[in-house]
Amino acid sequence: MPHDHHEPEDIHNNLSPSGHPYRTDDDTPLSYWQVMEISVRELLAEKGITTAREITAQIDKMDARSPINGAQVVARAWCDPQFYAALMNDASTATRDMGFDIGALKLIAVENTDDVHNMIVCTLCSCYPRNLLGLPPDWYKSRAYRSRTVREPRSVLAEFGVTFPSSTQIRVHDSTADMRYIVIPKRPIGTENMLQNDLVGLVTRDSMIGTGLAITPSTIIEERQTP
Amino acid sequence: MQKVRVKPLMPPGHVRTPAYLRGKIGIIERSLGTFPNPEALAYGVAASDLPLHRVRFTMSDVWEGNAENPNDTLDAEIYEHWLEPVDAT
Repeated sequence: MPHDHHEPEDIHNNLSPSGHPYRTDDDTPLSYWQVMEISVRELLAEKGITTAREITAQIDKMDARSPINGAQVVARAWCDPQFYAALMNDASTATRDMGFDIGALKLIAVENTDDVHNMIVCTLCSCYPRNLLGLPPDWYKSRAYRSRTVREPRSVLAEFGVTFPSSTQIRVHDSTADMRYIVIPKRPIGTENMLQNDLVGLVTRDSMIGTGLAITPSTIIEERQTP
Repeated sequence: MQKVRVKPLMPPGHVRTPAYLRGKIGIIERSLGTFPNPEALAYGVAASDLPLHRVRFTMSDVWEGNAENPNDTLDAEIYEHWLEPVDAT
């Protein structure tokens, strides 16, 4: 249906003036768990344990966390050998010392090298280092990603556009219990002279889950293409 | 490195040992200290602190002939009461 087709009969076809179907209202009864959540939340407020304002503030705090936090950790690990050593030794302490509010997060950093590529999954639920990377992408929580990553990680990676020779060892980490993981992607070739602050922009969310690689800056690609 | 087998148990209720690893043999990659037993925490009863280990399996340990690449590995956190030592033979 073309977008410039605004005839009145579209309303009868349940299409908006822009040619898209109207979204149905969620006029469905609350589920058992929705009722449970509302009941517990209202009880906690009634008893003075928390307030609606505190809950909203907490949601805002979680929404404010983004992969930039993790990208700053990675960029520093690339540039600062002392920090890199501390991060590999105890990632929780190293990131907390860097000033991130990681709460009770128990973090392990796993590093990609020429021979090893790491990839994170949680088969049992959807454990993710939220305090450092923000909310997980929807696909991370999907049954397909969770079940396939432990079984055929290379096929999953290929669908993300990432392929490795069989000589590169893929290490899948299943966050089954109390630890959370962050992948330290390989520093792209040709970025040796870049400053830490500029490197942050090369570290994507997916590169820290292991389904992607750090970005090779376009200027470097252009330089290589120039004879 | 300590070689271990994940006990091939199928108990009911909340456990954090994935079914696909039960009965599989791996090595302890590192030990993580103790954490409250999730199998008790899940039911709101007193949980004792139990040792937790990261166990590394090769994909051929886990999927045998169906492994995509036998030398790729899979690490998972397994509570000690789910592990039994495997004698080197």
